[in-house]
Amino acid sequence: MANLLTARKTMTIGEGGSALAFVGLALLSIVVAAKAYTPEFAFHAYLFTAASTAAVFAIINRYYERPIETPLTVDGKPNYNMGPVKFASVAAVFWGIAGFTVGLYIALELAFPFLNLDLPWITFGRLRPLHTSAVIFAFGGNVLIATSLYVVQRTCRARLVGEIAPWFVVLGYNFFIVIAGTGYLLGITQSKEYAEPEWYSDLFLTVVWVVYFLVYLGTIMRRTEPHIYVANWFYLAFIVTIAVLHLGNNASVPVSLFSPKSYIVWSGVQDAMVQWWYGHNAVGFFLTAGFLGIMYYFIPKRADRPVYSYRLSIIHFWSLIFLYIWAGPHHLHYTALPDWAQTLGMTFSIMLWMPSWGGMINGIMTLSGAWDKLRTDPVLRMMVVSVAFYGMSTFEGPMMSVKIVNSLSHYTDWTIGHVHSGALGWVGYISFGALYCLIPWLWNRPLYSLKLVNWHFWISTIGIVLYISAMWVSGILQGLMWRAYTSLGFLEYSFVETVEAMHPFYVIRALGGLLFLAGALLMAFNLWKTVNSAVSAAPAGLRLAPAE
Amino acid sequence: MSFWSRHAIFEKNSIVLVIGILIVIAIGGLVEIVPLFYLKNTIEKVDGVRPYTPLELAGRNIYVREGCYLCHSQMIRPLRDEVERYGHYSLAAESMYDKPFQWGSKRTGPDLARVGGKYSDDWHRDHLKNPRLVVPGSVMPDYSWLADTDLDFAHIAQDLKVQALLGVPYTPDMVAKADADVVAQATNDSPEAADLIKRYPKTNARDFDGNPTRITEADALIAYLQMLGTQVDFKLYDDKANIR
Repeated sequence: MANLLTARKTMTIGEGGSALAFVGLALLSIVVAAKAYTPEFAFHAYLFTAASTAAVFAIINRYYERPIETPLTVDGKPNYNMGPVKFASVAAVFWGIAGFTVGLYIALELAFPFLNLDLPWITFGRLRPLHTSAVIFAFGGNVLIATSLYVVQRTCRARLVGEIAPWFVVLGYNFFIVIAGTGYLLGITQSKEYAEPEWYSDLFLTVVWVVYFLVYLGTIMRRTEPHIYVANWFYLAFIVTIAVLHLGNNASVPVSLFSPKSYIVWSGVQDAMVQWWYGHNAVGFFLTAGFLGIMYYFIPKRADRPVYSYRLSIIHFWSLIFLYIWAGPHHLHYTALPDWAQTLGMTFSIMLWMPSWGGMINGIMTLSGAWDKLRTDPVLRMMVVSVAFYGMSTFEGPMMSVKIVNSLSHYTDWTIGHVHSGALGWVGYISFGALYCLIPWLWNRPLYSLKLVNWHFWISTIGIVLYISAMWVSGILQGLMWRAYTSLGFLEYSFVETVEAMHPFYVIRALGGLLFLAGALLMAFNLWKTVNSAVSAAPAGLRLAPAE
Repeated sequence: MSFWSRHAIFEKNSIVLVIGILIVIAIGGLVEIVPLFYLKNTIEKVDGVRPYTPLELAGRNIYVREGCYLCHSQMIRPLRDEVERYGHYSLAAESMYDKPFQWGSKRTGPDLARVGGKYSDDWHRDHLKNPRLVVPGSVMPDYSWLADTDLDFAHIAQDLKVQALLGVPYTPDMVAKADADVVAQATNDSPEAADLIKRYPKTNARDFDGNPTRITEADALIAYLQMLGTQVDFKLYDDKANIR
């Protein structure tokens, strides 16, 4: 103790540098707030000022309170840094509930338009990006950050690189979500699907993302295991590719430093191609590769079985990331995009079916010898059903990318149904499964109730089935009504007649969404009781052994 | 060394793995995107497509702000029913100055690529105020506040300047007269209208929202909607010349 006191504590370059950077950002934000063209932008600038000031205080406080050095190992075991992981998993639950609630509300707006209430902030056009961003980037993103930072430490047997950096990733990412989300409500958007945030949010996210990449890669480099575990390949591909896509699709020039508005560098047909190169690979790398990383760690852990096939993982990995990138043009069939690009997009989309199913087989067959656990463990069941949904939507996707099918399905609710079978079934369930594993592990408490998990599973499954079947019927119905002709050769239906025909399905869809939300609320309650329970879990060694 | 054990190089070197990922994901994007910038037949040769007037651009920015593209496409596909319902299929040239493109991906409401001139200004004004006044089965939100909100065009010249920087053919003259052009286009019988139409051919210049005392967001949005799809004269367009 005595020599600890005598050793001098000095501020690291990271602490000093980041504190200075935040001081700079706070000053810049004040200037921008003062000269902003619109009150909405001034509001965001003030948020930046407040957040960066808080960051400066947090860094200095932490400096006074921290020990002189944080050991990388304790008693020969890695001294894991789980604080940021805990934050991101709680944030995931919070944003999940928020995103599902907004989804339910906009579903009701389509069924009962008076719910727009004549208020600009809650019109369908502003809430819809709020819903998609909240579920994909806020809920999904926090699940990915939490699980990736957990898995990389466990499978590399190393503490995260940096002390401030992992916190910056987690807090910075969630701050980006707040800026993006409040921006949509206030009408700040570039109206590029799934890339709505404006230039300043995009710039800030770029910094966060680069730090995320460096923390992740640095931790892998610090590993004490010779091999990089397969889950990390997928997480790494997700982080790297999302960075490339984000930069390419958001290349824009702001009207002024004091304006929230920017214009994208690309125009028209090129912008369309870049957008769907981004858009489809947000699905491919954010919602697929990242969550496959979860599958490759959490399913083997929970089933207590090794991954089914090592060779299949290698083929699965490289073919998936190679083929996915090509699939974007299937969002632009029969448009003014040149035919050669459409044909390439369709061809590669069909080929993509194979690696997708290879991955599904690898995930599901990991249960060989442990199938009985599906009866007793609803958490594992949730993750396996998730992989089954993945298989289903990765069959449906290639089918819809065939031009002749697409001529019917495009512009209709069929697309919405397809997205949700992937989003609710695959992404939702694998995330819930991971959270049901992760939160008990992190807080070292047994899960409060498996019975509630079972209820969650069945309620949401009924919700998903209602949702996607309503959308299949409404999508195909509307597509057929648009192209229906009378015997005299006139179009049979006016557009609004096809809108009116959607009403019952929109109501059923909202009911499905309500059930899915109810299930998620059960999960939140269950996890809340888990974290706050007084009992600690069975001896840590049993549950927390590394994957290998 | 077996084929499979060679994979160890990726599993043991994180930098090699990252480089491998970068190469593999770069190929598809490069092949599909880069040629669109140099293949001459990507954008058809066609007369009539001009940059948006400052008022139309302000209207388009409102369309972008409100997320209209989430329910309305602006891309008519060359399918029999679409061409009969909406008009000539959309050309790439018609959106070549669109930043961002607003082709959309969902038709909760009808396509708007050729909505210009299809309805009267009065119809649009009523429809924006409450869509169910003119289309009883509509599920579109009310946008009544647009007609009550003054259009903020204090910085519209800067918008034009940035677009010019990015390749949209706005001349310095257009940038200099941007503010005046907004007023001229939104006013009935403006003496400057002739000058405006010289800069921007086929421009509609009038009070769009039925309230000549103010220039509102509804003025800008309706001006934008009324020009959509009207630039190319398809009586003169030779689709055989642009077979791709």
